[in-house]
Amino acid sequence: MTAAGTLSVRVREITELAPTLKRFSFEPAHGGEFPTAPAGGHVMLTLRDGGRVMKNAYSLVSAPAQRTRYEIIVRKVAQSRGGSAFLHAKVATGDVLDMAMPSCLFSLASTAKKHLLIGGGIGITPMLSFLGELKARGGRCEMHQLSSVDEAPVFDRLLAPFGDDAEIHIHTGGRAAFDLAGLLARQPLGTHVYVCGPHALMDAVTSTALALGWPAGKVHKESFGGATGGLPFKAVLKRSGLEVEVKENETLLDAIEAAGVAASCLCRGGACGQCATAVEEGEVDHRDDFLSAEEKAAGKLIMLCVSRARGPRLVLDL
Amino acid sequence: MTVQFKPTETFRDTFTYKKSAEDILRFPFPFPEDEYMYSVNIEPHVKGGPTAAFNAAFDIDEHYVAECRERERVLKEDPKRCQVLPHMLTAEWDALELIMESLAVDYPEHFSLSKAGDVWTWVNRPLGLHQTFTFGKVETLPYGPFEYITRQVQGDFTLQDQREDMLYVDGGMVTTQADWSFEFNIGMSFMEWHGPVPLANEKGVFERALKYLLRLQCGQPVRRLNWTMTINPRLDTSPENYPVWGPDRTTVTPENVGDKVHLRVELQTLFRLPRSNAILFGIRCYLTSVNDLVKVPKWRRRLHRVLRDLHPALAEYKGMPRYRQMVVDYLAPMDDGVPTTKGIAPETDRLDG
Repeated sequence: MTAAGTLSVRVREITELAPTLKRFSFEPAHGGEFPTAPAGGHVMLTLRDGGRVMKNAYSLVSAPAQRTRYEIIVRKVAQSRGGSAFLHAKVATGDVLDMAMPSCLFSLASTAKKHLLIGGGIGITPMLSFLGELKARGGRCEMHQLSSVDEAPVFDRLLAPFGDDAEIHIHTGGRAAFDLAGLLARQPLGTHVYVCGPHALMDAVTSTALALGWPAGKVHKESFGGATGGLPFKAVLKRSGLEVEVKENETLLDAIEAAGVAASCLCRGGACGQCATAVEEGEVDHRDDFLSAEEKAAGKLIMLCVSRARGPRLVLDL
Repeated sequence: MTVQFKPTETFRDTFTYKKSAEDILRFPFPFPEDEYMYSVNIEPHVKGGPTAAFNAAFDIDEHYVAECRERERVLKEDPKRCQVLPHMLTAEWDALELIMESLAVDYPEHFSLSKAGDVWTWVNRPLGLHQTFTFGKVETLPYGPFEYITRQVQGDFTLQDQREDMLYVDGGMVTTQADWSFEFNIGMSFMEWHGPVPLANEKGVFERALKYLLRLQCGQPVRRLNWTMTINPRLDTSPENYPVWGPDRTTVTPENVGDKVHLRVELQTLFRLPRSNAILFGIRCYLTSVNDLVKVPKWRRRLHRVLRDLHPALAEYKGMPRYRQMVVDYLAPMDDGVPTTKGIAPETDRLDG
């Protein structure tokens, strides 16, 4: 991934939708408008709890045309890494947070004749963004939301604004009662299906669709993308005589540049080969598209922009 | 400094196209080193770069009005130079929004955009346009949204749809192209439309570039430079019009080579679009004659060395065999052999000669 820009956002409004669901509405901290968000996109929030820094990704529920607000819905999960619990308990209206520019790996297919959306629980979030966009463009759409009985009224209210344009169903009978095969079997040719929710639901939609003969390219699962960070490590720059600490959420290239060393680079996305650097010691976790499989196995070169150490330390000829 | 447009200059027949000193110095010279080979030379399209051509998302220069008029002429003669497949309508609006907002921010003296909900008003002062329309309603514009806005920007544009880990060129406005046909390419995949390029495929350039572009994100556009050579400052060197411009290559002589032969550079930009997830690909063409280029010492040395040592397959692909040696012979006496510094910046603010 190329390095994303950061937005400074102010919490404009917090709405408690259900005991474990809160909607956060953000506005640009310095006024003006946000960039048009990708339909189905997500943002990464940087949350600072004392000395602890958490980075959590959330789907935007606001439609692309909504430029004055970005909105997310967050579920407080007992076993969460802390970010969602922190948002629920400690973030208040008026707080200013850092938000990475929206990214998108889950998008509406332009050639779809019909869009079939399936959300499981909090998996409703990217579907709300899709519904807003489909309403704006007049796309044919059917939405199925799986919900607990308690939360059905909440989802019903969230989906109500789209009821005139999309066929909307909320299922409270559990997965067993949800006739997924029947739903997928009766779709017209040219339908694309989009699913977001628990892994079991996403896997069930994928496997059921494929078993029914759906082309793989017409089945879309929500994804925040692979990890861009990893464990922290130390890079020893032999020629510069420097030792650089590479943090969890930082690329090796960024860390080297922050230390004042100008490494040769161009695309910052593992494609161009400019930042290839000789490795003298240490094992490399290769994440680029430039080096061949043989070169990666040899471990003599690293692409600074995307790859990392597989271990505590790397010694580089830099 | 406010740019002075030259609305009557021509890119065909009379060829009255001329560059001011400032315009020569802002040329995006395409060779960062003394030798050239294909590579994935993509970098973030951030504002600011080695010349002023990199200062805006969509660069406007002194040829703006004349180029828009030339585009209008080409479209009148051949309307198929602009085509968009029906499933790209959302991408058309995305492109219109991106271009209008970028121009209004980068050139407030020339363009402005105001919005009252979905009702937008666009003002283009250099072309004398004032248009109120409803975003999302095609019938409120005189052309489709993509055609409407790309008639008002220099350079060609295509729209790439992304499906099943591939990009398809499903829309375009192509009137200033270096010998490729949009009518022929529309609907092709990324690999298909790059099929004719020699050497690069074997080097894995396209495979890597494709993977990179599939991951391209909104708000993080990228760019690269590409180049070829063109005889006379002709923007429309399309296959459709080959009978018109092909014979120009036979008119180059040792006497006129400096004026006739132009280095043609494409500042290529790629923007991910938000609603559609399509990619807008800008191919902004810059033409500078050899005689203008030699006014910059670094550029005349480097141009000589690159052309002298160019791989024959590249020279062939770029249509240069007939006149390349003439250009090299013309430049050779002006290359004093002094080493050049890396990068494309002219490293001077005044021209020789």
